[in-house]
Amino acid sequence: MTAIATEYEVVIGLEVHCQLKTASKMFCGCSADYSGAEPNTHVCPVCLGMPGVLPVINEKAIEDIVLTGLALNCSIAPFSKFDRKNYHYPDLMKGYQISQYDLPICRDGWLEVEVEGERRRVGITRVHMEEDTARLLHRVDPVTGEPYSLIDVNRSGTPLMEIVSEPDIRSAAEAREYLVRLRQVLRYIGVSNANMEEGDFRCDANISVRRRGDTAFGTKVEIKNMNSFRAVHDALVFEAKRQIGVLEAGGRIEQETRGWSDERQATLSQRSKEHAHDYRYFPEPDLPPLRLSAAFVERVRARLPELPAAKVERYRALGLSAYEAATLAEERPRAAYFEQLVAALSGDEARRAKLAANWMLGEVARWLNANQAEIDRFPLEPAALAGLIEQVASGAVTALVGKEVFDQMVASGESAQAIIERQGLAQISGQDELAGLVRKAIAANPKAVADYHAGKETAVKFLIGQVMRETRGRANAQVVQELLERELKK
Amino acid sequence: MSELWRLTAHEAHEGLRRREFTSVELTQSVLERVAEVEPTVNAYITLTADLALEQAKEADAKLAAGAATPLTGIPVGVKDLIVTKGVRTTAGSKMLENFIPPYDSHVYENLRRAGAVMIGKCNMDEFAMGSSTEHSAYGPTRNPWNPALVPGGSSGGSAAAVAAGECLVSLGSDTGGSIRQPAALCGQVGLDPTYGRVSRYGIIAFGSSLDQVGPIGRDVEDVATMLDCIGGHDPRDSTTNPEPMPDLRHYLGRDIRGMRIGVPKEYFISGMEPGVAARIEEALGVLEGLGAIVDRDVSLPSTGHALAVYYIIAPSEASANLARYDGVKYGFSDRSAPSMWENMEQTRAKGFGNEVKRRIMLGTYALSAGYYDAYYLKAQKVRTLISREFAEAFARYDVLVTPTSPTVAFPIGAKVDDPFAMYLNDIYTLPASVAGLPAISVPCGFSEGLPVGMQIIGNFFDEGRILQVAHAYEQASGFKNQLAPLAAG
Repeated sequence: MTAIATEYEVVIGLEVHCQLKTASKMFCGCSADYSGAEPNTHVCPVCLGMPGVLPVINEKAIEDIVLTGLALNCSIAPFSKFDRKNYHYPDLMKGYQISQYDLPICRDGWLEVEVEGERRRVGITRVHMEEDTARLLHRVDPVTGEPYSLIDVNRSGTPLMEIVSEPDIRSAAEAREYLVRLRQVLRYIGVSNANMEEGDFRCDANISVRRRGDTAFGTKVEIKNMNSFRAVHDALVFEAKRQIGVLEAGGRIEQETRGWSDERQATLSQRSKEHAHDYRYFPEPDLPPLRLSAAFVERVRARLPELPAAKVERYRALGLSAYEAATLAEERPRAAYFEQLVAALSGDEARRAKLAANWMLGEVARWLNANQAEIDRFPLEPAALAGLIEQVASGAVTALVGKEVFDQMVASGESAQAIIERQGLAQISGQDELAGLVRKAIAANPKAVADYHAGKETAVKFLIGQVMRETRGRANAQVVQELLERELKK
Repeated sequence: MSELWRLTAHEAHEGLRRREFTSVELTQSVLERVAEVEPTVNAYITLTADLALEQAKEADAKLAAGAATPLTGIPVGVKDLIVTKGVRTTAGSKMLENFIPPYDSHVYENLRRAGAVMIGKCNMDEFAMGSSTEHSAYGPTRNPWNPALVPGGSSGGSAAAVAAGECLVSLGSDTGGSIRQPAALCGQVGLDPTYGRVSRYGIIAFGSSLDQVGPIGRDVEDVATMLDCIGGHDPRDSTTNPEPMPDLRHYLGRDIRGMRIGVPKEYFISGMEPGVAARIEEALGVLEGLGAIVDRDVSLPSTGHALAVYYIIAPSEASANLARYDGVKYGFSDRSAPSMWENMEQTRAKGFGNEVKRRIMLGTYALSAGYYDAYYLKAQKVRTLISREFAEAFARYDVLVTPTSPTVAFPIGAKVDDPFAMYLNDIYTLPASVAGLPAISVPCGFSEGLPVGMQIIGNFFDEGRILQVAHAYEQASGFKNQLAPLAAG
């Protein structure tokens, strides 16, 4: 940061729109899973906004937003309502969007973020429910060069949550971290794919700057059109610099909406405050108010899984490093596999956790990387993998053989036990059996022996390697070393 | 077998059941009557004669199979804001001049399931905004009692069609009086059910918290039969009452001895025609004669505010409900301008009539930032107050009785340029609408040769009680089956 920049504090609040992955749309029975579908095939009179249609609330969507609220430490309103947000746009079928204005379902929550080792809570102002719009596809006629737009109504009426943060975020890095953590929670609780590139997780930002020590906020600018985490980060870095530059030059920040341009790597003015919409919110007369009983909220709470932050804490308590814990807890299926693996191993929990973590972050991660796969495509059941880990941990096979058996297991699906027995891969620990091999290695490598006697300790490693080669990795390296040292000292 | 069109629905049902005539014959009779008088009345925007005869044939098969309901084979008119799959539905607007719905409304589905025969789509004020059916893009409907006069509105086509013999019963919709007032002005029975009694699924919305579909018929029994067919819970309309409908027929023919009837004095104001006041007074006498206890000293002090409340809430809701008509998806679309936004603006400028535009502007204004609290929010509070006064009244009275309209039918053109005078037509019907209460208008005689209507307001979901009083009154007074003396044009 430049000297000037450090005199300023950046204040950021984020608004995230997140599509729920319910089976049907928010207010009609159409399938909400339209990805890959032909345009305008997941439609009915209701989501087309035909004259005379009425909305009916999707109860699953309400469950999902309550689950989200609980995961984000919000209080759940026993009484809330839907409102009409009025504006004209060709992608808005009814000329108004059913949303929530003054009585959202969830409010006053928080999400913990950690940047450069510092943990902070970012406040969640509210989470409310609304319906998504249709999608406009802008085209140009190849003959006339005339621009035109097509409307795909498949997305119209799909359930959308808006998650609004407090202006608690203080840097672009923290904004990015907030989004990463938020996406992680939403995926953990299974309410959304939260995929930014596919548009089911969209972020707008409000950003202002002020001199350090000032208590009043500066004039905020709304940033839109950020389509990746990177874009959010870069746009906020750019915008903070731009605002500081304006102030340093003696200028004033205009309250406006700016759009991020990936191409120009800059935010560009879209709409000034004078042209701000008056959405004329009023209560949706077609829907009665939403009353959520305490019993309903408790039923939903029972669906709440252990969240990533709690998992990381628990893994660390088992003796895993911060890196190990965070990596294993990053995605729920990965954490689930890890936990099943821990459960399938024997011994005390810390030992099992360490073994499972080593294998998950070692061989399993290597296989997943090589196959560009997520854990759900990993072919071994946790119990089967545990079988192999136990063989290695107990010394039945060497670590080297263990890797070989692992490769055979993922290829054939055969159990570790079967592979080891069939191929005779059991570790050779017997002194009698190994003693001959040790003597043979010494006899065959006089130079190494000479080196050893000249004080080169590493010569032992070379000789161990010779024995290993002879046994195709099956020899117990420790026994071999002991025998070698005993023999060489004779 | 001439003039079957003169029958009430229940008379026709008897005839059909006894095989005295077929539904096809009945339908043909009605279609002939339509051919005779429709050039004068203009009760329909779209006639569906071929469809009607097809449906009549199906009805005859049902009747032959002994699977008939009271509405099987009965020719009905359907207000043109009730969505009918495959049959043009215009809501009286140029905006929807070419709109062929891809789905059916709940009420039309129910009518079809019952085997009713649709003669056509009834004329109406554009998007139900009006009290005279003059604000229709398809020409005004004329009152069958005197073609120089309006039939009332906005369900003027539905009421005039019943009065002229162009159907036996019809469906209208009521937002602030749009069933009751035209029923009164055309000498018919019109019922506005409790808000939430009849599904609004497939009803082109005007004021969503007020709109309700209801029947117009020549007598109380027919209206009860129609409500029985269309009412009840519909999962597609979250504002419908989940409770099952009571058996309405149970209330017909029961005496009203000891029934407590309140008459709110705020309804008897200057501006009410003396003829109307006299008929209501006579009707109250009939009710007393039947053993009802009539209290003429009831006060509902907020009554006078209902007009203001209504003209904020209904236009506010309408301003959103009508936002979807932009020429992009369906209906009228002006594509003459060079840009999309201009085309949307031109579509709305040319597709909507003046009254609709006036109400969209009223509603947009009332909801605007800085005005919301003073208008919309205040109106909702007064609405609560009006409801509370009614609730207090219903603690003491079984039903309330008032005139339906301060005047009899007025000349076409008399009020069309004076919105406020037009709005005053609904001062007696607006309070019950604002409170969401059920109310019926029944004929109670004539003034200057024109029909007068009496309104009976009931408590929430107490349609049975108002039908009971209406039926008892009708039987005692004999004011029923009042076909307009309209010669073939």
